[in-house]
Amino acid sequence: MDNNNALKNYEATKKAIGYVERKKATQADYDRIGFMSGLEVHQQLLTKKKLFCHCPAGFYQQPDEFDAELIRHMRPTLSELGEYDGTALMEFRTKKEIIYRIANKTACTYDVDDTPPFPIDWEAIDIAIEISLLSKLKVVGEIHITRKQYLDGSIPTGFQRTAIIGVDGELTLRNGRKIGLIQLSVEEDSCREVSDIGHRRIYRTDRLGMPLIETVTHPDMKNPDEVKEVCDHIRFLNRSTNKVRTGIGAGREDVNVSCRGGHRVEIKGVARTNWIPELTHNEAFRQWALLHIREILTKRCKKEDWKLSAMELLPSEFSALYEIAEKTTGRKEKMYAVNLPCFKDLLSHFTQPNYSFHDEFVHRLKVIACIERPNMTSSEDLQPLFDPKSWNTITKKLNAGADDAQIVFWGPDEDIKTALETIEERALMTFDGIPPETRKSFEDGTTIFERVLPGADRMYPDTDSVPIPLEDAYIDKLRKNVAEDFSERYQQFADWEIPEDTYRYIFSKNYYPLMQRIINELSLNPKFIGVFFGHRLKHLHGQHKTIPFAINKIYDLFVFLKDKQLDTAIAPSVLLQMFLHPDMDFESILTDLKFKKISKADIISRVRLLENTFAPVRKNTSPQDKINSIMGGVRAVSVGNVNLSELVKEIK
Amino acid sequence: MSEDFFQGYKGEALEILKKYNVRVWGTVEMETTRGNFKGTVLPRAVNDDQFHIVVKISTGYNIGIDIRTVTGMKEVGYKKANYKVPEKEFPYTPGLPHVKLLGTGGTIASRLDYRTGAVIPAFSPGELYGAVPELAEICNLDTEKIFAVFSENMGPTQYVALAKQIGKEIENGIDGIVIGHGTDTLHHTGAVLTFMCQNLPVPVILVGSQRSSDRPSSDAALNLMHAMTAAGRGNIAEVLVCMFGPTSDEYGLLHRGTRVRKMHSSYRSTFRTIGDTPVARITRKGLTPIKEDYNRRRQDKNVKIIPTFDDRVTMLYYYPGMKPDTLDAITDNGYKGVVWVGTGLGHVNKEMYPAIERAHKAGVHQYMTVQTIWGYVHMFVYDTGRDMMAKGIIPAGNMLPEVAFIKLGWALGQTHDMEEVKKIMLTPINDEITEREPYNGYLVYQGGSPEVEEFVKRVRK
Repeated sequence: MDNNNALKNYEATKKAIGYVERKKATQADYDRIGFMSGLEVHQQLLTKKKLFCHCPAGFYQQPDEFDAELIRHMRPTLSELGEYDGTALMEFRTKKEIIYRIANKTACTYDVDDTPPFPIDWEAIDIAIEISLLSKLKVVGEIHITRKQYLDGSIPTGFQRTAIIGVDGELTLRNGRKIGLIQLSVEEDSCREVSDIGHRRIYRTDRLGMPLIETVTHPDMKNPDEVKEVCDHIRFLNRSTNKVRTGIGAGREDVNVSCRGGHRVEIKGVARTNWIPELTHNEAFRQWALLHIREILTKRCKKEDWKLSAMELLPSEFSALYEIAEKTTGRKEKMYAVNLPCFKDLLSHFTQPNYSFHDEFVHRLKVIACIERPNMTSSEDLQPLFDPKSWNTITKKLNAGADDAQIVFWGPDEDIKTALETIEERALMTFDGIPPETRKSFEDGTTIFERVLPGADRMYPDTDSVPIPLEDAYIDKLRKNVAEDFSERYQQFADWEIPEDTYRYIFSKNYYPLMQRIINELSLNPKFIGVFFGHRLKHLHGQHKTIPFAINKIYDLFVFLKDKQLDTAIAPSVLLQMFLHPDMDFESILTDLKFKKISKADIISRVRLLENTFAPVRKNTSPQDKINSIMGGVRAVSVGNVNLSELVKEIK
Repeated sequence: MSEDFFQGYKGEALEILKKYNVRVWGTVEMETTRGNFKGTVLPRAVNDDQFHIVVKISTGYNIGIDIRTVTGMKEVGYKKANYKVPEKEFPYTPGLPHVKLLGTGGTIASRLDYRTGAVIPAFSPGELYGAVPELAEICNLDTEKIFAVFSENMGPTQYVALAKQIGKEIENGIDGIVIGHGTDTLHHTGAVLTFMCQNLPVPVILVGSQRSSDRPSSDAALNLMHAMTAAGRGNIAEVLVCMFGPTSDEYGLLHRGTRVRKMHSSYRSTFRTIGDTPVARITRKGLTPIKEDYNRRRQDKNVKIIPTFDDRVTMLYYYPGMKPDTLDAITDNGYKGVVWVGTGLGHVNKEMYPAIERAHKAGVHQYMTVQTIWGYVHMFVYDTGRDMMAKGIIPAGNMLPEVAFIKLGWALGQTHDMEEVKKIMLTPINDEITEREPYNGYLVYQGGSPEVEEFVKRVRK
């Protein structure tokens, strides 16, 4: 197929499955494809030390900053129930050499798995239980530390020590809908990847071992925006304790998505919540597309009859193609052609914006066979590498039929076998529909294959630890630290008539407790305070990138205004000065603002004067024009001295 | 015997399981004052308390339920798990060397034990092949489990049995022997087998692991591959300890059984040759000698097995202010040998002298080694040393304390004649005393020095 046909087919299949852009999608679209999503929200806890050793938490190193490096290889081991985990077996096939870059300040012999774990950090347990209680989870009677296998090397032991703190909770959305929570666990954070090229993956160990909680929801969300709302809800709830870390990487999400007839696919490590809607939208439609592909394929042939054929392309015969591949990759490698029977028009089938089914093979070749991209081309490549004539020759050589599609890939000799297996494996999965995968996310809302989806088979009791009982008395003590039901804060905001566009900023920065204090203790108008924080403060915060004073100074500001019997309308002007001159006291700011204390009577007399001198300039002057004109005249002296809306009433 | 439905549960937890008719491996729905829970009841370790029931929930995690919060429960299903390393028959490949793996227990091959909640040894060629299929490319393997004990439980009885077994295997024409062993006393066994199995025609490789094989990052697989390579293809026919060189998965080191010591309680690269260099480096590709003087592999079967051991031997680690009655008690209890671990060049305080003399007269054989681990005993440098020798303590050169203990027990198994024993003790069989200590035999670098930091950063460890 030439390029034109591939592109045409891409567009046609996009239409055939009924893909719509997210901005145009409605609930009906999501209901049509049976959108379903759940979340795993990770949140680092603000502790002094790491979870299972006494290294300090929260110090980071640059990718090339390290004191030593060491090498490990991972092997799959059995789970407690005597099974191997699919992900583990996949990772083993990649034959990766894992290199850890260690900084003495942040990593010890525990981090590199040369010392058994120290007793768990109780500061972390306390926080995890508090958040469990806030999330209405049932706290377990005994903590059992479990090993969760990770053969990608992101943890030098090959497993993450993790433990359930609470199960079966719920949260309430703004519209009153309840979302179920499966569990909350406390676990050690993993390494940060430096690079992953060929068979060598490099990590740094600074983040490794830091305490983290993971809140897992049921797949109760029915559309992409709801997923984001739930995510925000959980993150803000976590932050409401003031005992969690903030900043890039301190909170990360794994998003589970499926469509009707599809399979749970996990989008890993989404760093920003506003990526969630686009990612979940595209993933649901990708699965919808894969089901369509399956439908076409199963009509053409049966899985048990399907057989791939492959051959090496000899350089003597295909020197032109070798030249092209070498030019594209900069590498000199062996080249193989593969025939996929019955796959015609499937490789160019739409899967995601800018990706076709072809790419499902590309990314698996990179991850499993470790062949760097570009690693292949196909007869239906949207950006064709070879001319139609070359494909004709290849097709003939492969004895391919009219309904077949072809892949040509290249790679180092030792990776060819795995590459062929990988292609065959992915092709056969097409008959089953959606391969269970974890996928890596990108800002544009697309995802690529990362790993085989792990299951419960990767769990193993931690034989280095003993169970930790949680007595009722201890939990009751922690319950006292826990604020009211977090969901009620949304209701409270609605009752206070605070505009919705302020919620995100206020909850993400956890200013609710401070606002509540100002409103209750100083009897100030909640709506005004809401706007003051959610609009004024947010605006200045954004402009200045940071708040140069302690946030409690805002409370002091309102106390000052109250003491001086000044009207709160002057607060925004003072706030601006606080950003410009963080060390200046409120009195000096007022002087700076040229504020003069004037009595209400004085202002009223000025009003009367203006009233008398008001001269209409237009023919049809309304009474409102007159008020506006007078208010314009006295505003400067009035702000802070009298409430402006009351003043307007007086004028009337 | 009827099946144990309540593995590990006791006291109140057992009562409540019985009350509600819930078995281990049963799927259970529980009502508690903290809410409802659902999962599979798991066995409980015997040393854990009697107030909790362990449940595996659907996500694969385990949790404990406090039975004092339970208000009701019901078994709604039953599925017993089968934890078993997949066994595959170890394939025979013509042309590859024949290696015998003797199992003694330890972390080299282990699996989960619900009884203690820790790991227990598991072992068969099939299991090993299932876990480390690469072994089949190195050798043809036969295994025999001689005993299953943790290494701290190894002792004279096991030493004798092992030595005799080695003799038998050599008689049967084996190309190499690997002994799987817990790491804590690996070096004791390394020493004792060196003394008991002399003039070896084939390698005898002791191997263990510092991370049990139920962990993805275990060193067990690589250690086994190295050991099989050394045993099947290596040319060094000695008793050697084969463990990680660096903590990285890079290469192993072969240490003489008489000069090796476990130097870290948990590090992978815990075994170090003391006072010399290791004999060789080993990778999966083969063995690279570091030392030149080693016993070459031979075709004959002329091994000399001397399986004797007198367990009336002990060690005394000297500390300031040590009272003479410690030694008196040993003498009075009929001990025949004492290995002293003295300070510095090999010293104890003057207060001990009468007790030393008394022991000597009672026929107790006394040898001096050093707490510094590195270096020789030098009892001529100070008067005290000369005094002690006069009173019957014999300096044991640079023999490691544990090695001297093992050798004395082995020697006393053969004779109690003072001169005979002394001759055995001071005539090295395989470098337990060396004539010279090379400059690079003592390397304990200190982190923080710029040149050391530079070295560590540049050379992966």
